[in-house]
Amino acid sequence: MANLSVNIGSLALRNPVLTASGTFGYGEEFTPFIDLNRLGGYIVKGTTLEHREGNPYPRMVETPSGMLNAVGLQNKGVDYFIKNIYPRLTGYTSELIVNVSGAKVEDYVETARRLAPLDGINAIEVNISCPNVKEGGMAFGTTTAGAAEVTRAIRAVYPKTLIVKLSPNVTSIADIARAVEAEGADSVSLINTLMGMSIDVERRRPHLSTITGGLSGPAVRPVAVRMVWQVAKAVKIPVIGLGGIMNGRDAIEFMLAGATAVEIGTANFIDPAVTIKVVDFMEDYCARHGINDINEIIGEI
Amino acid sequence: MKQILDFIIVRTARYNDMYSRLTLAPADGSILPSDILPGQFVQVAADTPGVFLRRPISINDVDRDMNTIDLLIRRAGAGTEAMISRKEGDLMNILLPLGNGFSTEVPAGSRLLLIGGGVGVAPLLYLGRVLKSLGHKPEFLLGARSASDVLELDDFTRIGTVHVSTEDGSMGEQGLVTAHSALNGEIDRIYCCGPAPMMKAVARIARERGVDCEVSLENMMACGLGACLCCVENTVKGNVCVCTEGPVFNINLLNW
Repeated sequence: MANLSVNIGSLALRNPVLTASGTFGYGEEFTPFIDLNRLGGYIVKGTTLEHREGNPYPRMVETPSGMLNAVGLQNKGVDYFIKNIYPRLTGYTSELIVNVSGAKVEDYVETARRLAPLDGINAIEVNISCPNVKEGGMAFGTTTAGAAEVTRAIRAVYPKTLIVKLSPNVTSIADIARAVEAEGADSVSLINTLMGMSIDVERRRPHLSTITGGLSGPAVRPVAVRMVWQVAKAVKIPVIGLGGIMNGRDAIEFMLAGATAVEIGTANFIDPAVTIKVVDFMEDYCARHGINDINEIIGEI
Repeated sequence: MKQILDFIIVRTARYNDMYSRLTLAPADGSILPSDILPGQFVQVAADTPGVFLRRPISINDVDRDMNTIDLLIRRAGAGTEAMISRKEGDLMNILLPLGNGFSTEVPAGSRLLLIGGGVGVAPLLYLGRVLKSLGHKPEFLLGARSASDVLELDDFTRIGTVHVSTEDGSMGEQGLVTAHSALNGEIDRIYCCGPAPMMKAVARIARERGVDCEVSLENMMACGLGACLCCVENTVKGNVCVCTEGPVFNINLLNW
């Protein structure tokens, strides 16, 4: 069987399949359907320093080949996570990666600092790209200076693998990627959701309470593949690709474009066992194509 | 335990151009999950072009002898349209059972009123069946626009007393369920499922009279598993997922 293991910073993932934050809860929601230990890793819900209630309902609307969401980082805060959720997850052998978000640089830093000592967490993914919070979030991810500032500050307190999740809502995502690489990020993941909007024309009101939201699902995939390809050419650190991956074929597409690993997001809502099917597909794909090591296909395009 | 299963449609009953009832059995012949509670729901893959997410549908009935579940589906958009057009022998991929369900632990001799409006009557059939099997005498109060929208009347009649309200007076008492004479006299618990304005009106009456009351919400959902946090209801505990903490809520938990 082909080697599927890949490296992201100091992480050695048993395969390239991760889950996208905000689509996979804390992993436990999916254990009736899959063996979490068969994943490369799982990235859990965006975590902030303080508890957040998120945005008012309605937060979601289906759109052509996708959906808009405006959850707004609802979570119980990093201390609750460490005390009540993390202990339940230490028994799994897949890499547990925490997505970190914040409104201020100091919030990101403090959250990362509190996660750093935990033995069961070897990486964080820093979200500088959430389109659904009023302050912070995407604000840091849309300028090279902002992205660099957050990355530098977190790098100073977080010695383990640091992944920075990038926003597609920018003019040049490659410039942002180079900026965070220069400040010591070990990897970049992309893309977060594309900012979008949908209107109920009969009621003449936006579908979402926040008017705009983040678009995900296969509708965004060609944009994501293009951005992964551009960023992979622009940086030396490994790229994690995501955006509308629905099956193994799509995951391979991202790897050919330059992704070392992939995150499965919205597809989890439709098939909670999809992640394992992607792993199975990769094994089959390598066998069919005579590939001994999946690293061979990364960035082939 | 939650499962993803392919079901085969063993029977369809098309009530009119708006409603269809599908009777489904696991396609691989496996036994239905043993822990299906009244008030729980399923997530159905509509499997039709232009529909991306699964659609949450209440469990209308469970027949352990026949190893089937029933879904009562109202045509509301492309997804439900595709579902009600399905034929016997067609397959449907379903995630179940989801959500919490109604509480069925009530003192013997309680007067239990199950109030449904429109397609909201769906979960009350299985609830009534379970309550009856526990020795209770559930009473149903079904609301509809007119007689042709009163669904599954025969099934309800086999389980308990049925009261009907129609807005045009073509069956039962004329008016809304909240004006029905069945609400007179002492009631120990109300279970309610229907359009939000109806449930809020029923909740108000229950609160005024100090009657224990549970309602079933149908907020828009993506995953149905508590992962996406899209279907939240603002409760006295803050925003909670309707798909996991609900869909059934005691009205005391709601900010209604």
